[in-house]
Amino acid sequence: MRHILAVLVENNPGVLTRVAGLFSRRGYNIDSLTVGRTENSRISRMTIVVSGDDQVLEQVTKQLHKLVDVIKINDITSDQYVDRELVLIKVGADPSVRAEIMQIVDIFRARIVDIGRKTLMIECTGDEGKINAVIESLMPFGIKELVRTGKVAMLRGHKFTSINDNREDD
Amino acid sequence: MKMTAAEALVKCLKEQGVDVVFGYPGGNILPVYDAMCESSDIRHVLVRHEQGAVHAADGYARVTGRVGVCMATSGPGATNLVTGIANAYMDSIPMVVITGQVPTTMVGTDAFQEVDITGITIPITKHNYLVKDPRKVPLIVKQAFHIASTGRPGPVLIDLPKNVLQAEISFEETGDLKLLGYKPTYRGHKSQVNMASELIMQARRPLIYCGGGIHASNASDTLIRFAETLSAPVTCTLMGLGAIPGGHDLSLGMLGLHGAKYANLAVTECDVLIALGVRFDDRVAVDFSSFAPNAKVIHVDIDPAEIGKNVRVDIPIVGDVKMVMEAMLEKLEEKSCDEWLAQVAEWKKTYPLHYKAGAGLKPQAVIEAVRELTDGDAVIVTDVGQHQMWAAQYYKTKKPRTFISSGGLGTMGYGLPAAVGAKVGAPDREVVLITGDGSFQMCMQEFGTAVEQGLPVKVIILNNHSLGMVRQLQEFYCNRRYMAVNFQKNPDFVKFAGVYDALGLRISDAGQLHSVLEQALGHDGPVIVDCIIEKDENVYPMVLAGQPLSQPIEG
Ligand SMILES: Cc1ncc(C[n+]2csc(CCOP(=O)(O)OP(=O)(O)O)c2C)c(N)n1
Repeated sequence: MRHILAVLVENNPGVLTRVAGLFSRRGYNIDSLTVGRTENSRISRMTIVVSGDDQVLEQVTKQLHKLVDVIKINDITSDQYVDRELVLIKVGADPSVRAEIMQIVDIFRARIVDIGRKTLMIECTGDEGKINAVIESLMPFGIKELVRTGKVAMLRGHKFTSINDNREDD
Repeated sequence: MKMTAAEALVKCLKEQGVDVVFGYPGGNILPVYDAMCESSDIRHVLVRHEQGAVHAADGYARVTGRVGVCMATSGPGATNLVTGIANAYMDSIPMVVITGQVPTTMVGTDAFQEVDITGITIPITKHNYLVKDPRKVPLIVKQAFHIASTGRPGPVLIDLPKNVLQAEISFEETGDLKLLGYKPTYRGHKSQVNMASELIMQARRPLIYCGGGIHASNASDTLIRFAETLSAPVTCTLMGLGAIPGGHDLSLGMLGLHGAKYANLAVTECDVLIALGVRFDDRVAVDFSSFAPNAKVIHVDIDPAEIGKNVRVDIPIVGDVKMVMEAMLEKLEEKSCDEWLAQVAEWKKTYPLHYKAGAGLKPQAVIEAVRELTDGDAVIVTDVGQHQMWAAQYYKTKKPRTFISSGGLGTMGYGLPAAVGAKVGAPDREVVLITGDGSFQMCMQEFGTAVEQGLPVKVIILNNHSLGMVRQLQEFYCNRRYMAVNFQKNPDFVKFAGVYDALGLRISDAGQLHSVLEQALGHDGPVIVDCIIEKDENVYPMVLAGQPLSQPIEG
């Protein structure tokens, strides 16, 4: 089963190496990992998607907690959350197929962000399912280049993953 | 107050109560040595190889319970520390390691003697720092000592570029530790403690299985009270030896791969296993799925990640073992387990540790003689191999922090430098190193350190002219096809002591055993006793791969 972990870390040099190294060293599989600053410049937030059974997840969480730079971990998988990913796709687009592509872009509420002589660059945001669907729809036109960010996620409603709120502490 | 970061470092070390540093100098750590020159409060023990420094700091920490400190220069100095850092990490020993580094302007350029020591040691330190801002030195030193010595102890490395060390800073009080993500749990969860206490009161065949955590939390007295209240026998891991006196009625000695058969039988038959400060290591459990098959398991450890890692646990309790035992003792009433204790006593009688006396000198007899002559009161340091297991089985250590051995990593070469550190930490105690001819030769240069520092450590080499433990493995698992286990040329260890102007003695037959050991122990200076033992002696009991813990080969 796949789990989404929201991890708050101190924004120290090397923290990404520590986290990534822990996963490879202990043989856990990362599906994706994103990291960026939070509202507090001392603290970064990682969203880690990891697959494994409950026992693996328990070990992953406990081992992560042992890293001094890790402040807080939330497994948000079983809660209500919003998750998003962003993809940029450069797709082959002769004038003859441009209209068709633009239709697809419309349907997915994606955007065209660059036009070349024979290509279009498309930006799309959404959950994983939507991103996969848009990629699949554009596949027939020939995808020249593709980059996706990996997931970011946040709990819905009153619940927080932040250091100021300890009610959600695990 | 204005000073260089190197001077600030030395000042901070003093504030942390550091009175000895084991180290080896070089170019990039020069400013630290220069700053120490001014200060007579910190003793610097100059070793012969950086591995000696880190093992000595480890031995010092184990004996004293304080943070061991070692330092080395960048590059090769730093990499020479790696084995010892890993060793301390595996055995949860509090240590602060200080390394020099090339100037920040050169970092990342493959400069002379540059190595990414923080990168290398991420997996084997509790935490580490590459210091780029000299003003942070006081805070980082404070954090490092705090992290190394609290929670589950472990080594912390501080890497200091030369220009950072030379920079002038104004030294201010650091105040708060500023560690957002580090809060060890000490008190056990109340309801878990209650549940555990109830289960223990119902137990008819309770067994305590305890390890290095008892020493880390200085819980030996509490453990003995706990065991006596419950009438529960106690078995120790290699790391736990000394938690309860080896001769105590309730003591079953060591369990596991080379544990006493009665200890392993008790594990197999107990109905409640109380695991205290242990990690169910594979040398202990041998086979995780069949370990303590009839027991409900209570596991107390300060590191949550150890709980449920290798074996299923019925009642987990995260906390300091001493505090948790004290909390349980408030709930527990005195109980007796006469039938169970009778059964255990019966096993002890039927399956005692034993060896066949022969014409030659028996290694087990050497250990027994040392035990007799020191009354079980010496600090015993070991290396790794058969001699280590014989020492663990036959010395029957009386007190906590007096059996010093490389457990998790099994590092040959650990013994001599660790004995040097132990003697520095406990100058008034007899420190006896039990080593093998293989292990001794891995760090024997540190004998020079012992002599130079005037440390009367007593080195007892159980000399079988071979890598005995590996030879034993080849006997059992490789059809006696012996390969690369016999030394054709060993130095004359008696002469070796002589070249350092120390006393060297030899025992080649059992008749000389007591008199020579007496002479060695009575001598006021470092001694090497070369004990020529039989080559083909094996360590028994021995649980063969795939066999149950309760059915070892008994020899
Ligand atoms: C650094 C290191 N290298 C290799 C080993 C593997 N090893 C384990 S025991 C042993 C033999 C030890 O020989 P010796 O020190 O003479 O002790 P004995 O077993 O003969 O008592 C070896 C090679 C090890 N534990 N550590």
